[in-house]
Order: sequence, then C-alpha cells, then structure tokens
Amino acid sequence: MSEHRVNLTINGRRHAATVEARMSLGDYLRDEAGYTGVHLGCEHGVCGACTVIVDDRAVRSCLILAVQADGAEVTTAEGLADSDGTLHPVQQVMREEHALQCGFCTPGIVMTLAALTGGQDKADEATLMNSLSGHICRCTGYQGIRRAARRLAAEPGT
Amino acid sequence: MKPAPFDYVAPTSVEEACKVLAEAGGGATVLAGGQTLMPLLNLRMSQPFVLVDINKIPELSGISRSENGIRIGAATRQCDALSNALLAAELPVLVEALRHVGHHQTRNRGTVGGSITLGEPAAEQPACAVALGASIEIASVRGRRSVAATEFYVGPFMTVLEPDELVTGITFPHWPSGHITLFRELAQRPGDFALVGMVGALALEGGSITRAGLGWFGMGGTPIRARAAEAALLGQALDSVNADAIAELALSECAPFDDHHASAEYRRTVGRRLFAKALREALTVREAA
Repeated sequence: MSEHRVNLTINGRRHAATVEARMSLGDYLRDEAGYTGVHLGCEHGVCGACTVIVDDRAVRSCLILAVQADGAEVTTAEGLADSDGTLHPVQQVMREEHALQCGFCTPGIVMTLAALTGGQDKADEATLMNSLSGHICRCTGYQGIRRAARRLAAEPGT
Repeated sequence: MKPAPFDYVAPTSVEEACKVLAEAGGGATVLAGGQTLMPLLNLRMSQPFVLVDINKIPELSGISRSENGIRIGAATRQCDALSNALLAAELPVLVEALRHVGHHQTRNRGTVGGSITLGEPAAEQPACAVALGASIEIASVRGRRSVAATEFYVGPFMTVLEPDELVTGITFPHWPSGHITLFRELAQRPGDFALVGMVGALALEGGSITRAGLGWFGMGGTPIRARAAEAALLGQALDSVNADAIAELALSECAPFDDHHASAEYRRTVGRRLFAKALREALTVREAA
C-alpha cells in the first residue's frame, strides 16, 4: 500500500495532500478537500452523480484515483457559480426548466453540460442529449433535464 | 465499495512498465483509462498488489499512419480517437463504433487499448479489430511481438496476453478509400453493452467486391470473424448479393449463449436480421451513389 503526494487545483484553489494509492478522486474531493457537491452514488461508473471536470473534460471521479489527478485542474459544482451567487448558465437553465427534484444526480449532470458548453466549440443538441445517457435520475423522468439541454444548445450566451 | 490496498506506480517508458510487470510475477494490473478496472477494484473482483498506470508513457498515445496501416497507441483515449481526422477519413467504421462505446463521460477517460485488451465479447472495439484484420502489438522484458486480433481472443475476457506483457498499440491495415462500411448493434439503452452487433468493411473494384472483413460482437465468447460470409461475398457484384443468404452464413459461425439480458435464440434471430439489414442497406446506398 503506497502513499503519494499530490498537488492539484480545485475550483481555482491549489491543494496539496498525501493520499493512499487506492483513494478515488471522488473520495478525495468529498471527504478530504470538503467539496461535498461531489455526490458518490454507485461508485462503479454507472450513475454519473460523481461527474466532475478534469482538465476541461467531464469524467467520473469515482473511476479516477486521486493520485492520477496530480497536476490536474479540477472543477466541481462548487466552482461554477460566481462569488456573488450568480448562477452558472447551466445551473440557471436547469433551475428554470425544473430539471431537478431531490438533487442527488444534479451536480453530475450540471458538470457534464458545463464541460460541453463552456469551451470554444460548443456542443450541438445531439451531443448534449447523447451525453445525458451517462447520468441516471430517479426523480424527474428526464424531461426537464432534456429541456434544459435543448435550451443550452439553442441559446447563444447560455 | 473501496478497493483493497495496492501499490501504485506510474512508469514513463514501456521498458520501465514491462520491468514492473515482470517483477510482480502476475500480481500487477495495468491501469489505462480505468473505466472497467476501477469498478472491478471497487467491487473487489480484482485485487492486484500493484497498479501500473500507463497514462504517463508518451509512446502509448496517439494515432499515426504508416505503410503498414493505421496505428492507435494503446492508451489513446476513446474521445480522442472519436474526433481524430485520420480515422474519420480512413477508418470511418471505427469512429462509428466508438460512438457506441460507453458514455461521453467514460469515453473521456477510457482508452482504445484498454477495451481491446479486456476482451469483453460484447464490446465494439475488439470486434472492429477482429473484423478489419488488425494486429495487436505486445511488449514485455522478453521482447516485442505482434498477434493478429483473430488469434488474440480465446474466451470471454481471456486473451493470449501473458501476465508480464503490455499491449502497446493496435495497427489496422489500410482499407482503400471509398470502401463500404457496416456497423449495427442492438443494445437495451444507449451506452449499454450490445446484445447483438456486427461490424465490417467491403472493398470494391470495378463494381465487385474484392475484399471483405466482417465480424460479430455479443454473439459468442469472443468477437467472431465471419469468414464464410466474407468468402461468399468475394467477386460478387453489388446488385447480385443475397444479403439474407450471407447473414445465414455469418450466423453459422457464431455460438451465442443465454444470459440474463437475452437468450441465445433471441440473439440468433435478431443477429440474422440485423446482419442482413446492415448489408442490404450499405449495398443499396452504394448502388444509388
């Protein structure tokens, strides 16, 4: 059992820690670094709740080891809204479209949509819709989430 | 749902990685994208002593073209292969297949070599390798070797890879420009493993088929190359192909089994129709063009 020193940036802040090799990035973010917006659901890559952005890509934080995130830039749901409380466009649209109910799966979905709409090349509607297959929501029946995704594809500036 | 303890090493060269694998005497597991391995670790179905992370080995990433074909480094991420211009131009069927591999989020991390090496019988990429005649590059402290994909798989999740060996890349032979591509699968939900699927390519010269590569996934313990169906297609003009007869031939080479997703009989019935339909549609599109 080896321990490793890791340095990473989470939501713009630098973090340094010593982690056991077997610790997942999700467990590190939630239990060690305190970012409880990372929701661990199934812990084997099926549910999508733990999705975070690592170096501009939406990935499952339960399927990456913390030690593998050494040097990476990580964004969690806490890193999206402005410091004055203004919601990120994805959060705002999901709120307006009633795209959440209990909220457990929500951070994961928000991170996937934020990763796909935040960069230079904004994903088209088909890509956004397809990306939702990587998330399981047991409350909403998905229709609100799909409306939000459609709006994100259609409205420039969101 | 936490893995059993293990050591972690992240070598920066193939030689170094092979050395660790050799010294571990079978107790090491290679970590590429981790999209299958991490669940296995979390569920404690796999309990290696040491994890060899190959993500920091530059030689293992990237897609390149040579005389021999198109080489995909084993640790090339599925999302990068999916958006690769060379693959889109020369092996479009591989790109089509990659769209069906897992989900957007797992493709961002999962690797081509990881899926090829795992040998899940219902997975798309091993079937592409088998159908299109790819070869698998393997390295160990004992040297390097190359194995034809058709010889690589021996059973569900079982390959000829020895415990001290590392898959370094996959080389797909060139297919002439304008070749016909075939891909179709049936899965219960997008991102699920296919219940039944087929993939293939057909090269033409003067309106008749001169080369065929056809394969099945989800239709037995390994990906299966449909050699009898390939042989029957050679020399045929597009408008003379009897798709149903070819599908029947292809089916004769499968040995699907029952599992809790579908029965063998269901797979045979759907497989026959799916194969014939894919072939018929591809030929019709080409004839109309």
